[in-house]
Amino acid sequence: MANSVVPAFLDASSGEPMLPEAREAWNAAQDSGWGDVLRLHRPGRLAAQALDRARALVAETVGAREDEVVFVSSGTHAAHAAIAGLALGRARTGRGLVASAVEHSSVLAACDTFGDGRRVGVDRLGRVDLAGWREQVERPDVAAACLQVANHEVGTLQPYGEAAEICQGAGVPLVLDATSALGRIPLDQAGGWSVLTGWAGAFGGPASVGIMVIRRRARWRAPYPADDYQAGRWPGPVDVPAVVAAAVALHTWVQQRAEVADRQRVLVDRMRHRIAATVPDVDLAGDPDQRLPHLLTFSVLYVAGEALTLELDRAGIAVASGSACSASSEEPSHVLAAMGALTHGNIRVGLTRTSSQTEVDALCTALPPIVAELRSRLDL
Amino acid sequence: MTTSPEDQPALQLDCLGMKCPRPIIELARRMSEVPVGAVVELLADDPAAGPDVAAWCRMRSQQLVADQRPRFLIRRTA
Repeated sequence: MANSVVPAFLDASSGEPMLPEAREAWNAAQDSGWGDVLRLHRPGRLAAQALDRARALVAETVGAREDEVVFVSSGTHAAHAAIAGLALGRARTGRGLVASAVEHSSVLAACDTFGDGRRVGVDRLGRVDLAGWREQVERPDVAAACLQVANHEVGTLQPYGEAAEICQGAGVPLVLDATSALGRIPLDQAGGWSVLTGWAGAFGGPASVGIMVIRRRARWRAPYPADDYQAGRWPGPVDVPAVVAAAVALHTWVQQRAEVADRQRVLVDRMRHRIAATVPDVDLAGDPDQRLPHLLTFSVLYVAGEALTLELDRAGIAVASGSACSASSEEPSHVLAAMGALTHGNIRVGLTRTSSQTEVDALCTALPPIVAELRSRLDL
Repeated sequence: MTTSPEDQPALQLDCLGMKCPRPIIELARRMSEVPVGAVVELLADDPAAGPDVAAWCRMRSQQLVADQRPRFLIRRTA
């Protein structure tokens, strides 16, 4: 490539760009999926059929029944509704809502809002402490527990199968947050969860589609005034074309999962090794092996995350940061802090489906001189 | 983490009000001013100071003697 600046979007941790397959399905569904699914006329029936097909596809992917799938309006809403609904359905048992310390902030906020939020710590790799999990879950006043399949910042896979068994043994319903894992790792055998949540924006579908899968036996009650749509589990008409696009995006991932994961794994390993070898005093976070294929987080000592992300952007490379000085918050990433990782100078890399070795190498090449330049301004 | 009389700080660094990563930079810059085995007292109230002082000690093989935010005691080990 003649241009030394390679524009590279490496921020899939905040959402995968729309897949062309999903965009095409979205456009096509505008013609046939616009009807009101509660009506008996032809446009209504066509929309209802499209919605049913989308439900079937999601159900198959997560090992659920079609009538357990509910489409909501964002991943945040899915998390809130899942937790609020179990808190309401289990109010007589108690107010305890247990979550790992590295859950998404929307999950932690919901646990604190809809009950008595309790946190379980994690190890240096970000994996939840199962002994602490058991201790919290087995308390008599616990309404529900929440655990992610994998962490959204560092990629570490949680022991969600074991955690689910502990919940089942204690009779506590589990909210399994599959947001960053859905489509990327097999989840049809994910075990004994009560409500599973996800977000289409994470796998290249519309950002306006959240997913909530509620087991039929779960003691979940709608925490808001519901109506005739989606069996009274989420109010209001469904944006069927967007849901169709979400289902097509998920289907596309599942079809290509193994190939994409293998490619991304090699690229993340390559970044891990090159960055560790070329940037002094760097803290690589997360599990190097038991992780999602596309995420890498590292922190650079003595450097501000804001300066790093801005300099990388000038070099044509878009990444995120979990450092307080570059995020929307005054607080550093609660995930990095809970793991004991360095929180300043943080860079979060999320490979998209089409991220190439050229883009990864552009990051690896740009980083050392940027870090050296930023550090040279300090009187260390 | 417990403190004892021999943990009397040999150097005090007042980084109150400084934003991350400045307190860590000050800590790194001034640590060599005390002898090996001596303790530095750092005052830092940025929200990132808690996790970052601990991470710095781990990465630079220094000993975090006490974390009583905003007061940290760090022993020079090398």
